[in-house]
Amino acid sequence: MSSAVQTGRFNVYWLLVAPALLLVLVLYAAPILNVLLLSFADPKPGLGNYYKIVESDTVSRLIFTTIRLCLITTIASVTLGYIVAYAMLHAFSTMRQRMMSILLISFWISVLVRSFAWLMLLGHNGLLNNALMAGGIIAEPLPIMRNEFGVLIGMTEYMIPYAILPLLANMQGIDLRVTSASRSLGASNVQTFFRVFLPLTRPGIVAASLLVFISSLGFYVTPAILGGGKVQMIAEYISVQLLVTVRWGTAAMLATLMLVSVLVLMYVLNRFMRLSTVFGGGPR
Amino acid sequence: MTPSRLRRVTNVAAWTILLVLIVPSLVAFPVSITSKTYLSLPWEGVSLQHFHNLFSSTEWLSSFGQSFVIAACSSAVATFFGTLAAIGLWRMTGRFTEAIRAFLLLPLMVPPIISAMAFYRWWVPLGLIDSYLGLILAHTILAIPMVVITVSAALANFDLKLEQASRSLGAPLPTTIRRVILPVIRPGILAGAVFAFILSWDEIVVALFISKFDVFTLPRRLWNGMRENTDPTVAAAAVLLICITLVALIAHTLLTRRKAEDAA
Repeated sequence: MSSAVQTGRFNVYWLLVAPALLLVLVLYAAPILNVLLLSFADPKPGLGNYYKIVESDTVSRLIFTTIRLCLITTIASVTLGYIVAYAMLHAFSTMRQRMMSILLISFWISVLVRSFAWLMLLGHNGLLNNALMAGGIIAEPLPIMRNEFGVLIGMTEYMIPYAILPLLANMQGIDLRVTSASRSLGASNVQTFFRVFLPLTRPGIVAASLLVFISSLGFYVTPAILGGGKVQMIAEYISVQLLVTVRWGTAAMLATLMLVSVLVLMYVLNRFMRLSTVFGGGPR
Repeated sequence: MTPSRLRRVTNVAAWTILLVLIVPSLVAFPVSITSKTYLSLPWEGVSLQHFHNLFSSTEWLSSFGQSFVIAACSSAVATFFGTLAAIGLWRMTGRFTEAIRAFLLLPLMVPPIISAMAFYRWWVPLGLIDSYLGLILAHTILAIPMVVITVSAALANFDLKLEQASRSLGAPLPTTIRRVILPVIRPGILAGAVFAFILSWDEIVVALFISKFDVFTLPRRLWNGMRENTDPTVAAAAVLLICITLVALIAHTLLTRRKAEDAA
């Protein structure tokens, strides 16, 4: 082993990276590439699958629905996340730590459990509807879940922590003396916020929006459970194509489309904020 | 508006949002102890019958055991490979280092549904579908980025001079890693292992694609349960899932707290 050390630092450290690299290369990158290639090869070679984007009503509607739901989710969760990040920025450190641990916990509670929780609370036979009907306030259960609105509630709630972390990282980099300066020069609080603070947080807003949008594109569990089969996004359609109708071509095409969008947006995001800050779970 | 009133309004709004992030998920707790056989709050009596159902069902118990084995194995393997890779990347210089790091983080960035279809297609010819090995391998790969991130964060605070001193005193690299680097970054490694465990423990999308009958993890059974019938046994299972995650997170918090105290 010591002879390997003497041949040069570079080689030795490569040995440490190699096993993980090989594992990811052979058992991850290769299968992904395989799926991407399939979109040009199944059922017959060519761009046939890609023509479906414009030719097939189902596919184009699917893509449109996915983008629309992701955009609404992005706007809602970045707006709500901004409020929390703003409060966290101005909170005392013990309070901020408490808020941070709530974020951490919600970050790690399974998406399955969270979707199920919404179903128990707001579903057709859920606690809210049962209580309202028992109280004689409504005669029919309110249709909150098993539709687009239900999916949006679930997606937004899931995505809020993803919005908060980049926003907070950005806000913590702002020199708060500029807002004091603005106020001492006679600007009101509202003016100070909209003309001084908000523009300074623009990189954070862009990064948070990109991160939320990217992560929402692949949503599978939430729409499947809260949409009740009525709201189809790309991920669920892919699973039906593979597990029920066994048509790999269309599914592979949609996967390629999704993956390319995700990677391109990820590249853009990386220019706004180092990804390690985002994935590291806050600025540490 | 005065600053203090503005501050108060945003504080109330922020706490409301934070509570919405966490309280709904906890609704499984009261529902799991209802005395009724349908989803309800335990107004008219508390009963442990649903937990009794859960723990006397061989199906739920076997899923629980399977999930545990798969999460423990994939966490161990991912921690081993991920830690080595993070140490290597930390000391490597060159044009490709950042590209390799980004490549190793790929499983975290790719939407789970795409990972699931890729594994599915690749596992069929390898005969790995519906096997422990197949799911452990898939979860290991998904968890490697977690470990690389946490260990890299721990290494960022590591004093390079320690490593150089060890090497210049003649210790070969394996000894340096085992005796000098690993003890210092242990909290980071353990955190990575915890995250890798939770990731596998909760994972549903890949499990839906590459397991069928023989391997049926807890999230998988939960998924079926909540789509077929909504009886409170499913809520009891959800409670179990949350509790294990919380235990792992508390372990992680204690570990990082100790790290902070050591640094102080």
